[in-house]
Amino acid sequence: MAQTATTGAVITADKKTCFQSLFLGLQTFWAERGCVILQPYDSEVGAGTFHPATTLAALWPEIWNVAYVQPSRRPTDGRYGKNPNRLQHYYQFQVLMKPSPDDIQDMYLDSLRQIGIDPDRHDIRFVEDDWESPTLGAWGLGWEVWCDGMEVSQFTYFQQVGGMDCSPVPVEITYGLERLAMYVQGVENVYDLDWDGVPKDRGGKTYGDIFLENEQQQSAYNFEIADTDMLVRHFAEAEKECGAILSAGKPLPAYDQCLKASHLFNLLDARGVISVTERASYIGRVRALSKAVCEMWVDSHKTPDTGGQG
Amino acid sequence: MAELLLEILSEEIPARMQARACNDLKRLMCDGLKAAGLEFSNARSFVTPRRLIFVADGIPQRTPDIAEERKGPSTSAPDKAIQGFLGSIGMTLEQCEKRQLPKGEFYFVVINKSGVDAASVLPGIITTALAALPWPKSMRWAGYDMRWVRPINSILCLFGGSVLEFDFGPVSSGMQTRGHRFLSTGTIPVSGFDDYKTKLNTANVMIDPAERRELIATGAAKLAASEGLSLKDDRGLLDEVTGLVEWPVVLMGKIDDDFMDLPPEVLSTSMRAHQKYFSCLNGDGALANRFIVVANTETVDGGKQVVAGNERVLSARLADARFFWDTDRTIPLAERVGALADRVFHAKLGTLADKIERIASLAEELTKYVQGSTPENARRAAHLAKADLSTGMVAEFPDLQGVIGRYYALADGENDGVAHAIADHYSPLGPGDVCPDKPLSVCVALADKIDTLVGFFGIDEKPTGSKDPFALRRAALGVIRLIIENKLRLPLGLVIAFAEDLYGRKADGLMDFIAERLKVHLRERGVRHDLIDAVFALGGEDDLVRLLARVDSLGVFLKSEDGANMLNAYKRASNILRIEEKKDGVAYDGHVDAGALEQDEEKALMAHLQTITPEILSALDTENFANVMGCLATARPVVDDFFDHVTVNSEDLDLRTNRLNLLASVRRTFDPIADFSKIEG
Repeated sequence: MAQTATTGAVITADKKTCFQSLFLGLQTFWAERGCVILQPYDSEVGAGTFHPATTLAALWPEIWNVAYVQPSRRPTDGRYGKNPNRLQHYYQFQVLMKPSPDDIQDMYLDSLRQIGIDPDRHDIRFVEDDWESPTLGAWGLGWEVWCDGMEVSQFTYFQQVGGMDCSPVPVEITYGLERLAMYVQGVENVYDLDWDGVPKDRGGKTYGDIFLENEQQQSAYNFEIADTDMLVRHFAEAEKECGAILSAGKPLPAYDQCLKASHLFNLLDARGVISVTERASYIGRVRALSKAVCEMWVDSHKTPDTGGQG
Repeated sequence: MAELLLEILSEEIPARMQARACNDLKRLMCDGLKAAGLEFSNARSFVTPRRLIFVADGIPQRTPDIAEERKGPSTSAPDKAIQGFLGSIGMTLEQCEKRQLPKGEFYFVVINKSGVDAASVLPGIITTALAALPWPKSMRWAGYDMRWVRPINSILCLFGGSVLEFDFGPVSSGMQTRGHRFLSTGTIPVSGFDDYKTKLNTANVMIDPAERRELIATGAAKLAASEGLSLKDDRGLLDEVTGLVEWPVVLMGKIDDDFMDLPPEVLSTSMRAHQKYFSCLNGDGALANRFIVVANTETVDGGKQVVAGNERVLSARLADARFFWDTDRTIPLAERVGALADRVFHAKLGTLADKIERIASLAEELTKYVQGSTPENARRAAHLAKADLSTGMVAEFPDLQGVIGRYYALADGENDGVAHAIADHYSPLGPGDVCPDKPLSVCVALADKIDTLVGFFGIDEKPTGSKDPFALRRAALGVIRLIIENKLRLPLGLVIAFAEDLYGRKADGLMDFIAERLKVHLRERGVRHDLIDAVFALGGEDDLVRLLARVDSLGVFLKSEDGANMLNAYKRASNILRIEEKKDGVAYDGHVDAGALEQDEEKALMAHLQTITPEILSALDTENFANVMGCLATARPVVDDFFDHVTVNSEDLDLRTNRLNLLASVRRTFDPIADFSKIEG
């Protein structure tokens, strides 16, 4: 038995349902279905989609199946550790399969069974949710997947990235790992999640043990401390650097600068200093960068003799 | 005669697109069958989240034989032309007949086209209909070169009980379907529609949306009644939920009591928009602590875990709202106003703090024209109007901006009028939205919109064509509705000038823009556009209520016989004047020499005009438009007499000039009322 510092709820440590078993299970599941298992991208991103293994690979005209965990940062979602569901730093499990397999919905439902969600006991629904990332110039059609009214995954057939058609069409599945784990463990507060399945008295850790302090400090930074003049300056610098790298013909490092600009924009947004009209302008600037990166990336993968991709 | 059954089984079709797709499929299939000359009866279509279904009875096995008559060249045409004709239809001269027409003798031929097997044309009809089906948004998937709303899993197509084989994109038709995604396994062979419907029902799929809707509506009402509650009527939600389930199972959950003191708008938004739950009402009409959720499946525990899960999700959402509700209120709205200085309204127009400053002054100015408002309260309401933008609650529920401000203002002890003005000041948001009518709300709502319009016109950011990024048309309509519906006597020109001074910049073209929007608004309400033009042509009118009263009286007047007659008289007078003035190259607007008038009819007209002109002008002054029209009507007999008995174009040139001047004074009598030349009829 393990006790959390946050709510005092009694949590049973269980190797089968602990937080890490979820992403280990998903990794195994998708590896068995032919996915390359990657590690997180080492830059601040708002979602697993921003990992170049998704964004740029979606424009690659080849077979590409990949899965990975991606720590994601959404500064505006910070709640100083006081909200049982909202975090400014959380984990996504990301799958991208290209071309989209014909039986992908069944595969996905099997993956839910694998992590302990049985459709015979729950109400699983595919509810329209078209996805759009203005900063990536990307969009797709699909659903959010509901389990008893809770959104547990995003399911999207990418149509365009960087303003260019994806061909063949990849399907992206994004699992919200904390939510799924809370569901599987029957826990009301994210900080009460059993992380490792090790009992407390033997050093077992909860989500709160590992991340509560981080949420408190990072929320304060995002909402109160971040120097907005500096952020504005860094945004402009990242934008400039991105352009310079593109001039040198290197889309991959240029993409890193694009990600930095995007994260800086998110921080400015969290500080509440961007108006509706300014927002549009910032988003437009990031999109211009990602579009330029994507275009150069696609160009660099064209076969000269056919003029086509591949 | 045979039955045609078609089912497209796909991944989940968005609920909002289903009804239209269902109708479109039926229409396109019926059109295709008709075009091929195939009879049919009892055509129906159905839709579920995963299926589009079409069925029709009574289709013949063959298309009908057709005899088609063709006209050939003249019998005297060169042989080459005749041979060309025969070649093109593959017939001989012997098969042609000669027929005498008014233009000469021509060859005619009857081509008998025998019918073909319906089974050979149906695949083309079906694939054409499917390809033409207009989805609001469609997609590509995998590497296939086709679009559909979501990937297609399979196509079932039976004609007379046999498979009708065709390919649509990557999918080949067959005779099998599948049941419910979770409650049924494997494929289901089908022999016809009745078999299909029965087997799917056994496999937990109700194909008819009307049946599902009915089941949900009665099930939900029954559940609510079981707790002594009533269901909050919500047709839109019922339709949407019907499109989310193939096998509706209606369940009831409880809202944690901890959340019941949150604003009902917050509860409703969380439940309806996010979770698609129905709300329940207590006997007194207040929101009850129950919700109704429609699941798409029967679970082994009778929905226990499903309900528990949904309760937990709602609690999580409301916990967030609760957190904001509690923490937001620790800072009074008044202290949040400063944060607006960090929000840019528009790069060239300053921050929201600047905007609020201007709105406060403008709202205060507007109290002069809005009964029941006081300058202090208007200033206060405007000052606080946008303070809720920095609250967590509005960040979470953006649609509730203003509404949340009202709650927080009341919690801060602001007065009711101020609180309501905060909630109302974004309204009306369009032609269908409720227009504020409380005095302070009207002042602040008007001030906000006029400030926006003046600001963007001042920096020349006007709407062009379909582009209106700052929703200025909506703002202008809001101004118009607020003024007209509250009957505000407001010199709009002066108010705009006041707002311009606050910016220190002119808003060129704004008055014309508002006039243009007013015309559009009135036209949409069925007011004749020529009457609007006739009154607008007077120019300089910036009191919309007065303008509208004039348009209305004019409309009533012209509908009467006197009115129609006077319009004729006006047109006759101005036509004569136009023609003669053009001929003579002079404008007849001189003094009428009363002594030089000869006939009684022209003397009477002159006398009458002298009587009614001052009456009309004074009635216009007092805005008694009914009297204005009444005065005009009295002139009808004398005007009629004049035109019946007096020849304007007399041989006596002085007399002619005098009479033309008299006609000009008839026209002048009309001119201050409206420009009658713009009126049609």
